[in-house]
Amino acid sequence: MSEIPLTHILFLSTGLFFIGVYGLFTRRNMITMLMSVELMLNSVNINFVAFNKYLYPEKLDGIFFTIFVITIAAAEAAVAIAIIINLYRSHHSIDVEDASEMKY
Amino acid sequence: MSAASIIFYIVAAFILGTGILAVTTRKIFRASIWLLFSLIGIAALYFWMQLEFLAAVQIIVYVGGIVVLIIFSIFLTIKSGDEMPKPILTRSIFAALAVLFGSGFLLRLISLYTFKPTSTTVFNLNVNQIGIQMLDTKNYGYLLPFELISMLLLAAMIGCIVIAMKSKDKDATTFQNTIQ
Repeated sequence: MSEIPLTHILFLSTGLFFIGVYGLFTRRNMITMLMSVELMLNSVNINFVAFNKYLYPEKLDGIFFTIFVITIAAAEAAVAIAIIINLYRSHHSIDVEDASEMKY
Repeated sequence: MSAASIIFYIVAAFILGTGILAVTTRKIFRASIWLLFSLIGIAALYFWMQLEFLAAVQIIVYVGGIVVLIIFSIFLTIKSGDEMPKPILTRSIFAALAVLFGSGFLLRLISLYTFKPTSTTVFNLNVNQIGIQMLDTKNYGYLLPFELISMLLLAAMIGCIVIAMKSKDKDATTFQNTIQ
């Protein structure tokens, strides 16, 4: 447990965050973009937990922030999927390139 | 190298590998299943850090809730067997460059910084303690954010219903149009 330094866990969460960023940049399908955002939120959660466990072991604030982030991510996913279904009804596609009425 | 560190590296490789597959595979249903594996790997990481409560929350909310919701919406919107079109080459090149420079910058910054723990007490997660501090109004309790989060969840739930609801008037008019 203690022989893994904190930096290795931070490397893991950095890698996961940038995997999410890559997915967000390259994908044009709204559902897969939402999945990339979930990956990024999870990497942030790993950071909160690791900092709490390694640097402030007598406190619980990182745990609380992780729980709140998970809750907000659940709410965000639910609203996003409602919007996606509504978009599919009006455009018959969930590609972000097809929803360009308000672009110009 | 002890067993614990070997397990950590295996879990880390699992999370990163399934994460990469989740953002690069071109079949959307497979992407959601890879995302599911990545989230399970993160739950395993919480287990490895001896945070059993958080691992359980992760599995319940993400694996049991969000991924199932995503799979439902995939079935409702697109043909899940079809391959998605390839991303435009210039876009993927610039995305890869941004990711490479950003991650290189951050990894170097992390590896140069020395983290100093503030105390030497062993971290011990007690669910009892979480509940007490969550509903406490004094002593750095989290009652106000807890209530705000519950209001946010209620608002999100009602908002989802309102957004995804079919408007009845439009249905009635289209129905009349089809009859006429």
